[in-house]
Amino acid sequence: MAANEAGQVNRWKRFEDWDNRPLRLDKFAADDPANGFSAFAGKADPKPAISMKSSAVTMMDGVAADDFDMIDTFIARHHLDPDIVEEAMAMPSSQVARMLVDMHVPRNELARLARGMTPAKLAEVVAQLNSLELAFAYSKMRARKTPGNQGHVTNAKDDPLQLAADAAIAVALGFDEIETTMRVARNSWSNALACCVGSAVGRAGTLFQCSSEEAEELEIGLAGFTSYAETVSVYGTENAFIDGDDTPWSKAWLAAAYASRGIKMRCTSGAAAELLMGFHEAKSLLYLEARCLCMQRAMGSQGTQNGGIDGAPLASTIPGGVRELLAENLLAVWLDLECASGNDARHSESEIRVGAKILPYLIAGSDLICSGFGTILKYDNSFNPSSFNGEELEDFLVLQRDFEADGGLKSVDEADALALRRRAVDALSAVFEELELSQPEEHMKQSVVAASGSLETTSFSPGEVTTISRNIEERQITVVDVIKALASRGFADEAENLLFLVKLRVSGDYLQTSAVIRGGKVLSAINDPNDYSGPGTGYRPSEARKEELAAIREVLDRKEVLRTEATFANDEARRIRYISMGEATRGNGQLEIVVGISPGYGEQLFRTLAGHPSSSVLMALRDGIEEAGGRMRVVRFIHTADTSFLGLSAATLAGSGVGIGLQAKGTCVIHQTGRLPHNNLELFSNAPITTLEHYCGFGRNAVAYARGEQPEPVVVPTMGEALGARFHARSALIFAVETAMTSDGAKPQEIGVEFLKEAAG
Amino acid sequence: MTEKLSVNDYPVAEQRPELVRGGRGKRLDEITLDALQAGDAGIEDLRITPEALRRQAEISRAAGRAALADNFERAAEMALIPQQTIMEFYELLRPGRAADKQVLLDVAARLRDEFSAPRMAAFVEEAAEVYARRGLFKFRY
Repeated sequence: MAANEAGQVNRWKRFEDWDNRPLRLDKFAADDPANGFSAFAGKADPKPAISMKSSAVTMMDGVAADDFDMIDTFIARHHLDPDIVEEAMAMPSSQVARMLVDMHVPRNELARLARGMTPAKLAEVVAQLNSLELAFAYSKMRARKTPGNQGHVTNAKDDPLQLAADAAIAVALGFDEIETTMRVARNSWSNALACCVGSAVGRAGTLFQCSSEEAEELEIGLAGFTSYAETVSVYGTENAFIDGDDTPWSKAWLAAAYASRGIKMRCTSGAAAELLMGFHEAKSLLYLEARCLCMQRAMGSQGTQNGGIDGAPLASTIPGGVRELLAENLLAVWLDLECASGNDARHSESEIRVGAKILPYLIAGSDLICSGFGTILKYDNSFNPSSFNGEELEDFLVLQRDFEADGGLKSVDEADALALRRRAVDALSAVFEELELSQPEEHMKQSVVAASGSLETTSFSPGEVTTISRNIEERQITVVDVIKALASRGFADEAENLLFLVKLRVSGDYLQTSAVIRGGKVLSAINDPNDYSGPGTGYRPSEARKEELAAIREVLDRKEVLRTEATFANDEARRIRYISMGEATRGNGQLEIVVGISPGYGEQLFRTLAGHPSSSVLMALRDGIEEAGGRMRVVRFIHTADTSFLGLSAATLAGSGVGIGLQAKGTCVIHQTGRLPHNNLELFSNAPITTLEHYCGFGRNAVAYARGEQPEPVVVPTMGEALGARFHARSALIFAVETAMTSDGAKPQEIGVEFLKEAAG
Repeated sequence: MTEKLSVNDYPVAEQRPELVRGGRGKRLDEITLDALQAGDAGIEDLRITPEALRRQAEISRAAGRAALADNFERAAEMALIPQQTIMEFYELLRPGRAADKQVLLDVAARLRDEFSAPRMAAFVEEAAEVYARRGLFKFRY
């Protein structure tokens, strides 16, 4: 009810519209620094401070060494560089903040200073930057020059055939890393083997991880199936850390363990994890994250997955929360860590919020812009829906194209995609058969190759996968067995690709900061350092890469428009005949309406933007004119293709003084002699939504104006469609065809129009 | 190893392939598909060696990343420790697993004596001291 008994309205209905937007499914939290709900200024955030005594820290950020918790201790001993501390801590935070956005201050100098700064100092500095400055500083400070991306490959059934097919697609899309996890924990070995095989299809060098229980993840890595790990989580308060069942020392032990097995490793942390776990100590998201990141550098991790991660949705409920995510990512790269910059767990139901959140990262570039782009459909994502998923993949490709920004991905041709899926499914089936793990049937394979998601497959169930997974583990199958199986079944390319990847661990080159594999070579912060120092420096997409970014699906060009029109030409020839009858002159019938058609109308262009055949539009106009007692005369103008001038020129030739201007794309105007060119009687400017009935009404009204009446104008209702987005590319191309056909001073041509049988029927 | 590698030696597999050896001493170009199929190479050849980790540590240090280099040096000590032992010690480093400080000091002693891992040993001793001060030896399950 919008009105009470007294008849007064009690609510503006716009609020109801707003209630129904997806945005309103998001919940928002008030700033509450005492209870941990603060992005930048927690109630208990300390002020930066340091005291040293002969190279040992005696006080850090207001806490005396004797009172250090385990995190303080770890940071004081392993993060802070005693040779730099005094210099760095003495610098005003505002000065350091300015250095971060000063292109003349080298990245290395700032990275050096960070090694002498406490968590509170680092947080105080980045808190001074606004979102634009944070993004700019991020772009300047990130470690590797060339940006990249990471994708999730999972499905709701843990179906190995689908994992293989989807991994192959992820590789083709350009992901540098792919990550899987399971619905059923016991399926880890099967998931790992399946993704490992799929990721070897098409090209070599895509790094792969299987997110699993710590000990098992190492075991799977040791068997050679995975090449990196990022599940080494750290937390910013002692209690949260203990609740996570680890300490900085146990996590550092794991960091060394992964390196000792030749497996690339990064830590994970993100805003609001401590808040979710109930151990926030009334400290801000940023300060706690500064502690996490100092700890990660101190542990000797080459990189971090941060930027909210699982806490991103909660961080985003707080004022400034999304800006805080940018700030913590900046801290990560300032601390010289590889940064897989979050943008994974979807923080909002609003597509606008999702698109806005990704933009600074896309423009700035990032080692891995998403630490889990959902390459599969949302319901198949066993982590959680990502910011971008299989559904929204093309949106991301278009954002890359719009901003000529490298988000690490490229388009995949339809035929190629199908072939890759088939190849991956066949390769994995061969491995399963060769290793006597299973005998996938043809209907299973076919269903997977075609399926967009697991709801459409008739493949393995999670229970069947459990048996496969247990066999892989118990029989201690390794990547070498898989490589041999591939080779012996004719999948030599895949066998070589997989061997290439496993051999990387022998040299350990990809253990260095920000390492990915491009074109068969290791690319890291060592041999591809970010050298940004102003416009023209740092990462710029090459011409070839720009072409790749531009090459999305279904791009229109002039050739394509003319090709499409030519297919309509034959149909139109059966419906209408335009007979040229020489130069047109002024008529004298009082109710004669001249329809002035454009140069290409029915000549090179045969359909309006709404899809009406040119003949149908003319017939509708004629019907309306005749219904109202008038008579239609058709004249083709060559001197102009502009609607207003077509209309005015037509009016000038009409005995009634009323003319209709009609462009090939369907834009239509009623004009009258004596009016200014752009001061018409009526105009249909939205050709794509103009119906034949509207044109008919236009004909009737033209006659009414000829009679001196004031008819109700024909209104084409719009529902707010983005007509420009939908039609302007085609519209502009069509119009360019018309303008190219114009000729200055060309005389108007009288056209005899003959509607043929088909059009009448 | 007397020569210290620098950033110019990176990637080592491309710039200094003669220095790279698999877990049983094979060169990279000896670890081929044919060798795997013939049984002349296996998963043991695809292991990283302590030497390779120390070389990566030298490169990290030359690139100004001392903390990362420290980690690679710890990893070099760990490279030859059996997987089971690594997981066993990891478990003891988790909160509440070791009953008291002595358990971790024993781990440190084994690292030093049995596995020639002085860096890891010192690291575990440091943990033992902090855990004791912060009461992390309390029973969890």
